[in-house]
Amino acid sequence: MTVAAEATAHRSRRRPRLKRIAQASIPYLLILPVILVITAILGYPLYKLATLSFQQYGLAELIQRKGVWIGLDNYSSVLHDEIFWRTLLRTVIFTAANVVLTIGIGTLLAFLLVRVSSLVRVLLTAGLVLVWSMPAVVAVQVWFWMTNFQNGILNHVLTQLHVGDYSQHDWYATTFWKLAMVTLLIVWGAIPFVTITVYAGLAQVPRELVEAAEIDGAGPLRVFRDVTYPILKPIFLILTSLSIIWDFGVFTQPYLLIGSSHVDTSNYLMGVYVFIEGYAHSDFGRGAAISLLMLLMVATMSIFYVRRMVKMGEAAR
Amino acid sequence: MTSASEVVVRQRAEVVPRAATITRQRRRRLRRIAWNVVGLAVFVVLVFPVFWMISTAFKPDTEINAFSPTWFSSHPTLRHFRDAIARPYFWDVVKNSLIIVGAVVALSMVVAFLAAVALAKYRFTGNKLFVVLVIGILMLPQAGLVIPLYVVLAKYHLTNHLLGLVFTHLVILLPFAVWTLRGFILGIPKELEEAAMVDGSSRLGAFTRILLPLVAPGLVATSVFVFITSWNEYIFANVILTDQQNQTLTVWLSYFYGTSRETDWGGLMAASTLTAIPVVIFFLLVQRKIAFGLTAGAVKA
Repeated sequence: MTVAAEATAHRSRRRPRLKRIAQASIPYLLILPVILVITAILGYPLYKLATLSFQQYGLAELIQRKGVWIGLDNYSSVLHDEIFWRTLLRTVIFTAANVVLTIGIGTLLAFLLVRVSSLVRVLLTAGLVLVWSMPAVVAVQVWFWMTNFQNGILNHVLTQLHVGDYSQHDWYATTFWKLAMVTLLIVWGAIPFVTITVYAGLAQVPRELVEAAEIDGAGPLRVFRDVTYPILKPIFLILTSLSIIWDFGVFTQPYLLIGSSHVDTSNYLMGVYVFIEGYAHSDFGRGAAISLLMLLMVATMSIFYVRRMVKMGEAAR
Repeated sequence: MTSASEVVVRQRAEVVPRAATITRQRRRRLRRIAWNVVGLAVFVVLVFPVFWMISTAFKPDTEINAFSPTWFSSHPTLRHFRDAIARPYFWDVVKNSLIIVGAVVALSMVVAFLAAVALAKYRFTGNKLFVVLVIGILMLPQAGLVIPLYVVLAKYHLTNHLLGLVFTHLVILLPFAVWTLRGFILGIPKELEEAAMVDGSSRLGAFTRILLPLVAPGLVATSVFVFITSWNEYIFANVILTDQQNQTLTVWLSYFYGTSRETDWGGLMAASTLTAIPVVIFFLLVQRKIAFGLTAGAVKA
């Protein structure tokens, strides 16, 4: 056998394996750019976040680009801080209120969409999409204008409707009302997503099942509990976990609506707290410790959601 | 859905005596009218803030500050829009926003599409881990990432630089784009691609000639959603771009009222309307596709 022939034989034996390796590496090559971008821009900062949280790192250190190692001091400082625990409690209550209102009202509107005639349905859907598309910062400005105490339309309408004398009423006087106005803003902005998703789910509930239950004498509540809800359960689980995660970490609405000069320890939410303590006060080390604690809490909350999505991803193949 | 239920009702009605049918139909109609009234009321409450923003933007100051407000202006004016545009840095920030959004959309679409193909078309070791990574990042609260991103970007002199914000937006939007595009690609029947390959196309040929045109609407929808999120993003833009002429339109708007004691409500509402217009238009164009992409398969799973 000549050398050339031997080489061809060798190559022909080797080619399938090479080809197989090439084939197998295609998906990895495809995801490589995403992995690179994410590691470069997020991986390193997350590593930095972990190390920062063990360091004294203020403006001076930022300029020198070198922190002072102080062990667990940042964590013990945060965990012994009453403000941290109060903020956490306030955020949990705030999140619960926002999630319940968003999912509750959103679901009721989805059922309303089923019951109205098609013309009203088109109108209502268009309205929902319009609200959905409003940028948060724009919504804050409009809220500001509608609720300002001098000539806000809210005070005028409430007074005209004889709900009481609301002229010159300041909606941002107490912590409760500040957060209540933020809640109103967030719920308004979040309802469309819930309503449209639940409505899409309702379309998949077999009509015959509902009719059969109604013929058997089940009232609307019973029909919801025993027929509609079990079918919609996956959607509700996803919507609820998404809402919890979003509302727990919300920043833009409370920070801007309460106003950067009015946010303080008495009305902090976690998102605002971590921003002010870490970034605005330039105490990056301590801020990193708070950030990490917050990320851990959200990660715990999202385990359920992530597992669900992975399962769904497998099922959809 | 309505027609189906009416058929069922009509079928049942034949069994029931005539008089009872009429009262039942009448009661049905009354109930429907009641629901419609509720629906219209909800519509009015829901849309009112948007209406009020636009309505105020066109009102002269005398009407805005009047004791009893008017719903529609009797003397609509464009003055507030002219004032808002004439404010310092308006055109700078519009240009910045467009550059950032353009770069983010272009980069994220190319990179995310490749990864989405890998997730939808291949089975490989570690794909589950990749999905967990992608969805996990979607869940991170942005406020918690401000500090590390700021410190790292400062290290590489990328703060106060549009590029720094482009990178940041890429990271927060890539996971979303990958996940949505994967849904769109999965929605394409496998048979189409296989048929093309049987007809002699290579895998790449089948990909470019069959898959790409079919997934184009999904690409458009996802890119517009990326556009909107990047355009609206506030916290990172506010932290990373510090100089006024480097800001985005969204951040510029957030500083609008802070400058004077007497708030220029008309100007603020005109500026808000201008900021919202591109977003609203694009959102209306793609909203149906995105609602599908986010929840596809939720019921079946």
